[in-house]
Amino acid sequence: MTTLDTTVRAKRSLASRVASRASGGVLQIFLILVALFWLVPTLGLLVSSFRDPTDIATSGWWKVFTAPGQLTAKSYQSLLENDAITQSLLNTVWITVPATLLVVLIGAMAGYAFAWMDFKGRDWWFLVVVALLVVPVQIALIPLADLFGKIGIFGDIIGVVLFHVGFGLPFAIFLLRNFFAEIPRELLEAARLDGAGETRLFFTVVLPLGAPAIASLGIFQFLWVWNDMLVALVFSDSESQPLTVALQQQVRQFGNNIDVLAPGAFISMVIPLVVFFAFQRQFVSGVMAGAVK
Amino acid sequence: MTSVANTTGGAGALPTPSVSPRKSVTGTRLWVAVLFLLPALVLLGALVVYPIGYSIWRSLYDADGSGFVGLDNYGDIFSNDATLTAVRNTAIWVAVAPAIVTALGLIFAVLTERVRWGTAFKLLIFMPMAISMLAAGIIFRLVYEQDPDLGAANAVAKSVHDTFVSSSVYPDARPNATASDLKPSGGGSFTTTGTVHAGTPALLPLVGIAPNRLPGSPENAKAATGSGVTGTVWLDFKLGGGGTKGQIDAGEKALKGVKVEAVKDGRTVASAKTGADGTFKLPDEADGAQLRLPASNFSAPYNGIDWLGPTLVTPAIIGSYVWMWAGFAMVLIAAGLAGVDRNLLEAARVDGANEWQVFRRVTVPLLAPVLAVVLITLMINVMKIFDLVYIIAPQPSQPDANVLALQLFLSSFGGGGNEGVGSAIGVILLLLVLPVMWVNIRRLRRERQR
Repeated sequence: MTTLDTTVRAKRSLASRVASRASGGVLQIFLILVALFWLVPTLGLLVSSFRDPTDIATSGWWKVFTAPGQLTAKSYQSLLENDAITQSLLNTVWITVPATLLVVLIGAMAGYAFAWMDFKGRDWWFLVVVALLVVPVQIALIPLADLFGKIGIFGDIIGVVLFHVGFGLPFAIFLLRNFFAEIPRELLEAARLDGAGETRLFFTVVLPLGAPAIASLGIFQFLWVWNDMLVALVFSDSESQPLTVALQQQVRQFGNNIDVLAPGAFISMVIPLVVFFAFQRQFVSGVMAGAVK
Repeated sequence: MTSVANTTGGAGALPTPSVSPRKSVTGTRLWVAVLFLLPALVLLGALVVYPIGYSIWRSLYDADGSGFVGLDNYGDIFSNDATLTAVRNTAIWVAVAPAIVTALGLIFAVLTERVRWGTAFKLLIFMPMAISMLAAGIIFRLVYEQDPDLGAANAVAKSVHDTFVSSSVYPDARPNATASDLKPSGGGSFTTTGTVHAGTPALLPLVGIAPNRLPGSPENAKAATGSGVTGTVWLDFKLGGGGTKGQIDAGEKALKGVKVEAVKDGRTVASAKTGADGTFKLPDEADGAQLRLPASNFSAPYNGIDWLGPTLVTPAIIGSYVWMWAGFAMVLIAAGLAGVDRNLLEAARVDGANEWQVFRRVTVPLLAPVLAVVLITLMINVMKIFDLVYIIAPQPSQPDANVLALQLFLSSFGGGGNEGVGSAIGVILLLLVLPVMWVNIRRLRRERQR
């Protein structure tokens, strides 16, 4: 078998070595072109954000390669002096951080209960949670706008946060329950024998052991809320709007305010990109598991 | 607590808790379980379950919620032109975008395995997943900018176009109506009324361009000399005034590269281009012909493709979506590919299959389950597409780019003032994901029974 194999290989490699070399070169070039195709749009935004408004209006961003003197941080400076924009950036943080922490905490509590507590109807309740995984956010826009209006939190940050918590929970519970269920029973029983109650068990054993899943969930939820525009567009007002909504209002006069939009969009991208490059593995697993949303 | 007791009535369908590997560590008291579950269940009930019920109920009432209209709102969606466009576009999105994204993801996943910098490539392609659709929308508004001097897509389109079709140099030039023999001869060309004769240089004066807007550094125009059929095309305008109309005055600029055709009985018998000094020389058979300056000399410059106009706006936005999501498909498929048994591929190669056959007959069938998951996930995602359309489509094209989720927003919050129709669209979106919900539940119950 081995000898036959090698003779076949040898024949093939003699005949096809030249051809595969050539096709390897074509492949490299093709992939480089694709990579450029993916890189250039973002590069265009980045370069535009560092140009003067008058330059943006008269020539393409690629002109900087022949005239690097055009590069300036003026747009960023004026953007950061714009109170509406800085306020909206703060709002983004005030919305994203609580919405992420609450989903992780409440989701972990429920996930632990579903994984390790014994109560009647547990499997049915969990089935309901799984069913809610794919409910589109759109169906809740009108009902919650009415509801929040009635209880007086429409337009408040708290309304936006609540919405994101509600729609973040099914995935959080699903992911964490499956992860917690893999914790070895002996670990929990040992802690139990030491006299730990459920609450202490949860904080001292379950949460630390669940850290990898919690990290994936946290990163996914953080980016989901940070990048959201639709929910905030409906539920926030001019005081509480996040950066995405503030920028969206500028898109109407697209040609005239690229000097606001380009640096603004780039600032909104910085945090997600940092998270992306710093936590690639958790990010990828979070996105892959949560894309059903 | 009665509801808990009631739902347990059907628990026989599920494995009995005693054989389940996940029993509580020691018997949990009910109130502890309730304590851990209550926040989640209350929030889910109020923020997800209640809205579903409310939307279904609300979709049966009219715009301001006072009159019961039955299923009229649903009927409206499929009869009203605006919403019908949204339905059609959503169908296009669901049919086209996931297929393109999955196909690209498959191609990238297979090809990156063969290059050393595959990981860097994957990282780059996956990166757009991290950014918001708003940022992606702004990025692509910039790409699709109409002016070829500003938008990258049209800059490329223009340079490709100009490589194959020579562009005109003098789009605004035209004959001086009073001082010239040239008259419009249809289609944008100009033809002399008289004929040209050997030894008598023709004068073809043009106006309409400012001398300082001429491309390059034009020479001064010269009268043509020598025998044969000759002439001059020049800009019959002198800065600061003066000069005689129809005559080549000192300092008037030559028009270089203008095409001149000799026409006899409507047939072109010869043609020439003007030189740097504006003169041209036609062969002898042009003797006695009329001279024509064809329209190609004056055609407007190519202005790129109207990406965000009514016809192309949806494909253009789908393009930006593909840019965002191809990395997602690629990473999922690459993970599936890593689990494929390499011996199967090698066996096929030893049997004499070429790379395409291995891909088509072995790799793709083995990846079918992953491809299905990717495709379905993307379909769910695309069905609810909102941000990209809302950001990229300019106001005039928005009705042409409309999709269901955008229409829901416009109907209920964007000045439409009709929560009835908005709710009905929401319910339709929910109905569309019901099959996936069912599959999820089925899968979970199968896993439990194992």
